[in-house]
Order: sequence, then C-alpha cells, then structure tokens
Amino acid sequence: MDNVELLELARRMAHVIPHSRELGMHIEDVGPGTAVISVPYDTRLIGDPATGVLHGGVITALLDGCCGTAVMTHPKAPGGTATIDLRIDYMRGAKPGKTVTARAECYRITQSVAFVRAVADDGDPADPVAQANGAFTVEPHGTKIGKTP
Amino acid sequence: MSRDRNQPVQEVKARRDAALSRLTQAVPYMQFMGISFDRRGNELTAVMKYSDHLIGNPLLQALHGGAIGGFLESSALVELMWSQVWEQMEAGGPQAEAIEAGDFPEWPKVLDITVEYLRSGLPRDAYARATVSRSGRRYASVRVEAWQDDKTRPFAEAMVHFVMPRAR
Repeated sequence: MDNVELLELARRMAHVIPHSRELGMHIEDVGPGTAVISVPYDTRLIGDPATGVLHGGVITALLDGCCGTAVMTHPKAPGGTATIDLRIDYMRGAKPGKTVTARAECYRITQSVAFVRAVADDGDPADPVAQANGAFTVEPHGTKIGKTP
Repeated sequence: MSRDRNQPVQEVKARRDAALSRLTQAVPYMQFMGISFDRRGNELTAVMKYSDHLIGNPLLQALHGGAIGGFLESSALVELMWSQVWEQMEAGGPQAEAIEAGDFPEWPKVLDITVEYLRSGLPRDAYARATVSRSGRRYASVRVEAWQDDKTRPFAEAMVHFVMPRAR
C-alpha cells in the first residue's frame, strides 16, 4: 500500500469521527507511523474572548487525534488505539485567524504500547505553539489504517 | 472592607451565580462543548452535557480524547479563575464592583497539561471537580478528576500547570 492509498483511507476514517469533523480537522498527509493534521481557525472555538486565541482543548483534540492516527498508520499496529496518557506543553497561544497544523510520529511500538510525539504550529514549523508526548494502547482489533501486519 | 453578612440570601446567591455564568458563558469553546458549572458555595462541579459531536470513536461510541482533555482543562482553568474571582468578590470594594460589572481579571495561561485516560468516555454527561494544589503569584498547579456514572470510578484525570497573569 502506498502513501496515497494510506491517505485516502485515513481521510475516510477521519470523516466518520464526529468530534474531528465538528472541529474541522483535515488530514494533510500520512505515512507509515506519521500523520499531519490541521484545524482551521473558528470563532466558536475561542478560549479567551479578550484575545480571540483558540481554546487549549482544540489543540489537545488536534494533537491527540494526530498522535492516534500516527499509531494506526504504523506498519506494526494490528488494529485500533486509545490514549493512555498525553502530556501537552503550550509554548504560546496560536495566532487568531491562523490554521494550526500538527505533525505526529509514532517513534516506537511494542506489542502493547505505542510511543508518540507531536508538534503543532500556526504557519512556521520553527516556531511551534504546542508539543505533545503520549503513550497509546496497541489494540489487537479495531480500526487500522493500512495493511494488517 | 468586607461584605455585609446580613445581606439577604437570594441577593447573595444571585450575585454569585451571575458572576459565575458571566465568566463561563463568555468563553465560546465552553458553549460549543456544552460545558457549564454547578456551584455550592465556592465549590464548583463542571458538567459536560453529552452531545453526538463529542464522540471520537463511533464504533465504541466513546468520547474523543481531545474532548475529554478540553473538558478537564476547562474545569481546571475555571476552578483556578473562580478561586481568585471569589476572593475578590467576597472581599467587597472596587475589585468586587468591577467583577459585578463584568470586568474580570485576566485568565491564567495553561503552561502544560498531563491527561490520564483511565476508562473510555461513555456517550453521556460527564462531571469534573478540580482542586488548586498550589496557587502562587506566578504559577499555579491544579488537579482535576472527571467521572460519569460512578464518582468512585473516574474515567480521566489531569494535572494542569498555569502561568498567572500579572496583578492588576
């Protein structure tokens, strides 16, 4: 399976996730064990009305979804995944009006756990807004993006 | 200067409830998520009303991890903010008047959040209570726990660190 097929599969899967769809999440790219997902600016999702900055929850959902997708596209993942724990550092607020893009990488996977990191930026990858580190379950069954190992 | 302790109970309640709802209803994201707060004295319980768009796994009908994280973060943030608002409001004086007029202190900024996902979130209402572990001049630490049907079986918890705004 090449990356184009993988991307198509991932997009089809993401389309049926209500929360991702509601936030306007868009899968930009996927590879084996990697994912790039963006979320557009939306005034409904403002966390601080004084500044217009998106709520941290939006960034959390983006990073969590992006990390989960990176697990599901990993060639060694047999099925679906769920978050065990996720730590997010907010370096600064995303600029109002800007799309936020997250890049995740599943850098290690065992029979039971997948280790994932992700970084989010609002236009310049050298100036990130947040980063995440998480542990995810490796499910024997469930939704998998790509061929089953 | 402190508040008149003989103020009629209805007035006290109305004043406190008005401040709380003003504070939280001004945040679009919390409206979007269906998050509101129950108040008993100064104690808050966050409530996230179930709605279909909170689902992250349609096969299992489980809440999205990001929705859970956002709920925990909102609960922690409001708890911290409310503890400050409460103190100023109940002390009376010009700061209390400002709060009653809808002029709140600046929101603390989330520095980091660590979420533990203990069980999958069911397709129903969720509740959370946060405790300020430490609130300093520059930083604050808040713990928050969320549950659904059974309070003794939390489905997620988080530790959240904040940077406090400069005093006004």
